[in-house]
This record gives sequence, structure tokens and C-alpha cells, in this order.
Amino acid sequence: MTRETLGSIAPRPAPMTAAEIVAPLRRVKPLLTWGAILAVFALTIGETRAEALLNVSYDPTRELYREVNEAFTEYWTAQGNPAPQIEASHGGSGAQARSVVEGLNAQVVTLALASDIDRIAEAGKLPKDWQGRLPHNSSPYTSTIVFLVREGNPKGIKDWGDLVAEGVQVITPNPKTSGGARWNYLAAWAWAERNGQDPKDFVGKLFKNVPVLDSGARGATTTFSQRGIGDVLLAWENEAYLALKELGEDQFDIVVPSVSVLAEPPVAIVEANIANDEQRKLAEGYLNFLYSPQGQALAFKNYYRAWDSSAAAPEDVARFPKVELVDISHFGGWSRVQPEHFGDGGIFDQIYVPK
Amino acid sequence: MMRRPFVQQSPMPGFGLAMGITMTMLSVVVLLPIGALLLKGADFGLANIWATVNRERVWKALWLSFRLSFMAALFNLVFGVLLAWVLARYRFPGRRLLDAAVDLPFALPTAVAGIALTALYAPNGVFGSVLADAGVKVAYTRWGILVALVFVGLPFVTRTVQPVIEEIDREVEEASATLGASRLHTLRHVILPMLTPAALTGFALALARAVGEYGSVIFIAGNIPLVTEIAPLLIVIQLEEYNYDAAAAIGIAMLLISFAMLLAINLIQIWSRRRIGYV
Repeated sequence: MTRETLGSIAPRPAPMTAAEIVAPLRRVKPLLTWGAILAVFALTIGETRAEALLNVSYDPTRELYREVNEAFTEYWTAQGNPAPQIEASHGGSGAQARSVVEGLNAQVVTLALASDIDRIAEAGKLPKDWQGRLPHNSSPYTSTIVFLVREGNPKGIKDWGDLVAEGVQVITPNPKTSGGARWNYLAAWAWAERNGQDPKDFVGKLFKNVPVLDSGARGATTTFSQRGIGDVLLAWENEAYLALKELGEDQFDIVVPSVSVLAEPPVAIVEANIANDEQRKLAEGYLNFLYSPQGQALAFKNYYRAWDSSAAAPEDVARFPKVELVDISHFGGWSRVQPEHFGDGGIFDQIYVPK
Repeated sequence: MMRRPFVQQSPMPGFGLAMGITMTMLSVVVLLPIGALLLKGADFGLANIWATVNRERVWKALWLSFRLSFMAALFNLVFGVLLAWVLARYRFPGRRLLDAAVDLPFALPTAVAGIALTALYAPNGVFGSVLADAGVKVAYTRWGILVALVFVGLPFVTRTVQPVIEEIDREVEEASATLGASRLHTLRHVILPMLTPAALTGFALALARAVGEYGSVIFIAGNIPLVTEIAPLLIVIQLEEYNYDAAAAIGIAMLLISFAMLLAINLIQIWSRRRIGYV
């Protein structure tokens, strides 16, 4: 990236007395101060150049996009394009979507839930039919929800039904503030439906066993792994594998339940924030790269279930066990699930405050 | 007879400029955001605000936030004055270092403080493991919230009271002693009245800080609805649902309660000043 330097240092003339040096400085100083303030403003208030791209993403994709951005930059310059400047921002999916609605100049969003991108579309920043524009519901990779338990699985947790047992402590983030936690909740709901239990009653019992509701997925992982709270963590599959890798395989085990959800974290171009054709080309190239064999291989490597395994390392693909996966359309789509389950006074709220 | 002019010319120069800067700063930094909040609430309507706030979950969160903030400020009032007294009155090695350390809660990002406190007080932490053996849980309970609020509010009382203690003339205490007062009597009737106004200011500041605290509490609270869910978290949850109106409603409720509490403290301060005069 190039930034103008603030003036250059001229060769020094004959030595001056202190007074001589100070006198002109007095006049220059305010100018310098104002100049510096203006320069800081110019640098910080995002004036985007053509070849820059801001990818606003959710929490657990940090590692994935670090690698994707590096690989994409290499690929893009190899195609004969000037080196792009790709930046990524990570945070809770909902908060990230809100920043974009409120004017964060993101050209690309890669969030946890389609409903979060819908929200940006409602603000008029991208067309309402965005999800049909890229393959697989605009989700280049998917994930599911699995259990992370302590080494040796001392509480013998095998499936969702074991989570409501007396004395089992379950760690999950708050579905109200975390996209991942909504998938946790829906997976439990789907299991209950399939096993002849009242789903509402079941998730109620499940959340009664939750001692800490962190605001995001990373926070919950920390609470479980570092603070030693809880017997089982409901986590993104990629987050669970990452925890194993980062914190030692001898501390935790992954348990895959009989039923889980097919979480499709979608990606989209924020049309309103595209400055020119050059930038559009870059943004489209970036998203298409996610679908390329190379991009898909990176997703596999970062423990996401991607679609095209042609370029992926076999062991990255082989590690995913088969699970019965239920997708969001089973629940009637996000536009129905969001208000019914997670809205103000919705089914989730009724667990704590019965209607 | 000439009417007194509305604006009296001050003999001090620079009033216009100073006042202009003051008003601009206040408007931009304080009045505009609060005005925007109230405007949002006015759009939403009083009845809707009441309907949003008048729910068990919101009342419980408000009650938790304000009660714990009050307790934390009270704790800081007692120990902050003590700390200020030690720092101002005694000379011991490491005093300056300790003096500087008092300001650390100001400087530390609150999220860092929250994570550090959680790591210490979690059942596998340094303090937490000892406490767990004694059957006490701190992290992820109300006690954890209290610990975090005490931490962020500590400097306020100490820093407001310390200069007052430094200003107290030793002769006053000596006079009290020569007139036959016991030490306790001197403390109760000579020293404390002089410290009260400053201590109350510090208390009010610590309280206000604790009520609005989000960053550190969120890590240590556990955030279970109705139990350890603080009011600022409820606001964030409403924002997460893009429910700006409800978020503004809870914000306004907090603003009103805070205003009432600060007003009460100010009245107590005025009353205590009337009783004992200015120091």
C-alpha cells in the first residue's frame, strides 16, 4: 500500500542559534499540528482506493480468511492484476451486519447467517435476491454443530438427549447475540423433533443446564477450554477442531451427535459500496476464488465442510464423519425462524420468562 | 432605574471565547448523543417505552445493574477513602508506585480487565480455585459482577478524596486533641465532615461508571437471563435484533434512574455542606 510521506527532510544548512531555530518553528507549529490532524483524518476515514477490498466477516473465520487473503493476493497478481489490498474485519455476525447497515464501507460480507445479510439487503445495500447469485445458496463452505467434551468424555455424552441430564453443564453462547448459537439451538430442536420429544420443552431443559451464556462463539470456547467451566461445549465443527489443534488433542474429544444442522454461512457483494468497475471485478474475483478448487481446499484445511474436494488434502476431507444434517429450510427459512424463535418474546425468551 | 442586564459583563477577559468553546464541546460531546437518544425515544412513544421496560426481564436486569453498582460504589467509598488516607498521610517505600497503580483501572481497556478478572476468579484460576475449595463461586455469578465493578470504580473515590486529605491542616487535628477529644471523636467530628463532600462526589462518579459498565462485566457475569444479565447487555441484545427503539427505551430508563440517583447524591451533598459549611 502506498501512502504519501509528509514532506521530506532537507539537508541541514549552517548551524543556527536556538532562537533562530525556534522563531520560525513557532509559526510553523500550528500548521504542522493541523496538518498532522488532517493527515490522520485522511488516513483513518476510509477513503477506499480502487484496488482495496474490505471483507466483513464473523468471529471464527479469522484463520480461514487470513489464509484465503494471502492465497488470493498471490492468485490475483499472478493473473496480471495489480496487488490488491484485502482487509478483513471479524466480530459477532449480527454486530458486523449492523456496522455495514450503518455505513461501514465493506465491499464483501461473509457472515454466519443469511438473515444478517438479508438485513443489509433490507437497508438497500444489495439486491434482495442476493442469495441466488452464487452457487449453493451463496455458501462456499458449510459447517455443522458438534460437541466438544473433556478428554475421555467423563459424563458419557453421546447425543443431544444426554445434554439435559441432571448435573451436565452445557456451554453455548447466547442465541440472541451469537449466530452460531442459533444453529446450536436449532440442532437441538431438530433432534427433539426426530426423537419424539416436545422440542420446545427439550431446548428449555437444555438451556437450564447452561451456566454461562457468552456473547460470541469464541468467548464460549474460551470459557469451556481455558476457564474449565462445563462438561460439553456446543461448537461450530471448525471451532471444535481448531480448539483441538490449538489447545492440545489430549484435553478434549469431539463427539458428533446423530442429528445436526447444515449451517450455511453465506457470502455476498455489497453493491452499494462498490466504487467502480475495477473494484467490482476484484470483489467478484474474490468471492469466485472461494469457490475455486484452491479456495475450497483452504476451507477444508480450516475444518469447514466445503463442496469441491478436488484440490484438498485427502486427510482434510476424510476427517468429517457422516451426520444427518438438517438445513434451515426445514425450519421454514430464516425469515420465519428469526422472529419466531429468537425475536423479542420469542420461544427462546420464553425459556427464561414463560408467557 | 436601570434594569440589570441579562448578561453581566465579567471583569475577567476571555469570557466569550471560553463560554463558546464550553458550549460547543458540551453540545457535541454530551448533549447531542443524549438528545439523539431522547429523540429516538420520542419517536417510539411513551406508552411503547413503558411496555418495553415494564417486563420482568428488564426490571430484573435494571435492578441487578443498579443494586450491584450501588454496592460496588459503597465498597469503593469505604476502601477508596482508606486508600487515599494511606497514600496522603504515610510515607513508605513504594508509595509513588502504589499511587500510580490506583489509576490503572482508568487506563486498562475494560475488556482486558474483565478477561483478567475472569481468569483469576474462574474455578481453575488462582483465586477461584482457593475460593472453590471453600465452596464460594465468584466468576459467572453476581459476585463476579461486583468484583468487576469494584475494579473499574476504584480510582474515582481515591482520586477525589486524596487532594482534600492532603489539604487538611495537621493543626486542626492537634487542636482537637489538645481540647481533649479522643482519636475516634476527632476522626468522626473533625476529619470525616471535611472529607464528606469529596467522598460523595467520588461515590457518585464510581456509581455512574459502574452503571454503564459493559466491557469488563460481560466476561465475568455469565449473562444468564434474570440472574446475571445486566441492563447494558439487554440493550446490546435488542440492537442485535435490530430493535433500535427497544434499545433506546431501555437506555432512556437507565438514563432516568441514573439521573435520579445522581440528583439524590447531589442533594445529600448540598445538605451536608449546609450542615458543616464549605471546606
